[in-house]
Amino acid sequence: MLTKRIIPCLDVKDGRTVKGVRFEGLRDAGDPVALAAQYARQGADELVFLDITATNQKRQTLVALVRDVARELDIPFTVGGGIGAVADVEALLLNGADKVSLNSAALHTPELIDELARRFGSQCIVVAVDARHTPETGWQVYTRAGTQATGRDAVAWCREAAERGAGELLLTSMSHDGTKDGFALDVTGAVCQAVTVPVIASGGAGRMEHFTDVFQQAKADAGLAASIFHFGEIGILDLKQHLRQAGVPVRI
Amino acid sequence: MDIAVIDYKGGNVQSVLFALERLGVQATLTSDPEHIRRADKVLFPGEGEAASAMRELRAQGLDQLLPTLTQPFLGICLGMQLLGQHSEEGDTELLGILPFAVKRFAPDPEHKVPHMGWNTLQQLRTPLFEGLREEDYVYFVHSYYAPVGEYTIAQGAYPAPFSAAVQHQNFYAVQFHTEKSGPVGTRILQNFLSL
Repeated sequence: MLTKRIIPCLDVKDGRTVKGVRFEGLRDAGDPVALAAQYARQGADELVFLDITATNQKRQTLVALVRDVARELDIPFTVGGGIGAVADVEALLLNGADKVSLNSAALHTPELIDELARRFGSQCIVVAVDARHTPETGWQVYTRAGTQATGRDAVAWCREAAERGAGELLLTSMSHDGTKDGFALDVTGAVCQAVTVPVIASGGAGRMEHFTDVFQQAKADAGLAASIFHFGEIGILDLKQHLRQAGVPVRI
Repeated sequence: MDIAVIDYKGGNVQSVLFALERLGVQATLTSDPEHIRRADKVLFPGEGEAASAMRELRAQGLDQLLPTLTQPFLGICLGMQLLGQHSEEGDTELLGILPFAVKRFAPDPEHKVPHMGWNTLQQLRTPLFEGLREEDYVYFVHSYYAPVGEYTIAQGAYPAPFSAAVQHQNFYAVQFHTEKSGPVGTRILQNFLSL
């Protein structure tokens, strides 16, 4: 049976992991390769690297990072963060990234999704969608790291991205991110119903039950989180055992 | 041991080279027919779309060469599908080494397409799966599949059974990504290198 995936997300800047990752027995928590290997050993199903570098060297450092990670890691990983140009996507895939995630660039130029899917195959094109809820607007898509409203409906944009050829959607609720109150079950559920491609839920994970809920109630295909894994608040093996007991299929 | 990884612009070949490197094996990425013919082992990875992959293989004359190879051969993902007769993807004629026709998964609310993630293997046969257990997990990413037949040496289910691995004489092929399937995938690659 296809299992639900647990995906730790690592923020990287200038080729180093940031956001104070605390891991016992890890000498250099800023080393993305060592950290990735540690997560793979603990049972992570995939990893996402989100690059927040904002310098001219961004592309070179990111390609070098991808190569270093791919050389060591024997599970799949996705790279995202400010990626737009076709040449950048090609360089990342050729150097060993399994998937590339687009966000603002896809909103700005939706045809980019079609072009990349045609060229490299849908299976490696992820569209990341940052959504925020307000009573007036409902669930709206935000761009530029979640700072700027686009006026677009989140479910409609997810449907369009999938129709254009995205092989997977990474849906983050900005309204839930960092709250540890649980995933946005309503919008995640609505997106999962609206598209036939896999959906990764992100934003709000604080307890193991939150993952059970997002898999069982919202029907998400994968759950992504950062700090709760980095700070050891939830161990990946513990989480998977909890999920299996709750009847959620997971790889242990 | 001379290991050739076929280069036909078929996507993520770097991951396969790295996986071999982790096993201490230096492989050569090549599209040179002579090199491929005399290699001890041949790996045929692939990602992307069947019609453009076949166009590239034809342009390099590899569509003629590959069916004549006699050394142990391992197709991976699209590299497995291309061994069949015909694919629904782009209505494409394939290499014709194995008798299957490649079909597209029909999505339903419980089964998204692509079939993406870790799924289990059943009914394992041949030394390729030496040391593995039924229900071991491997990583899949695909929208098209080969049905089960007498050539099937491992089955997956999504929800109906499909060929997770196939074999005909020296030609072995897996639908999943051995290079991305953790220790289980590593063992399969090792087994292939020992064939």
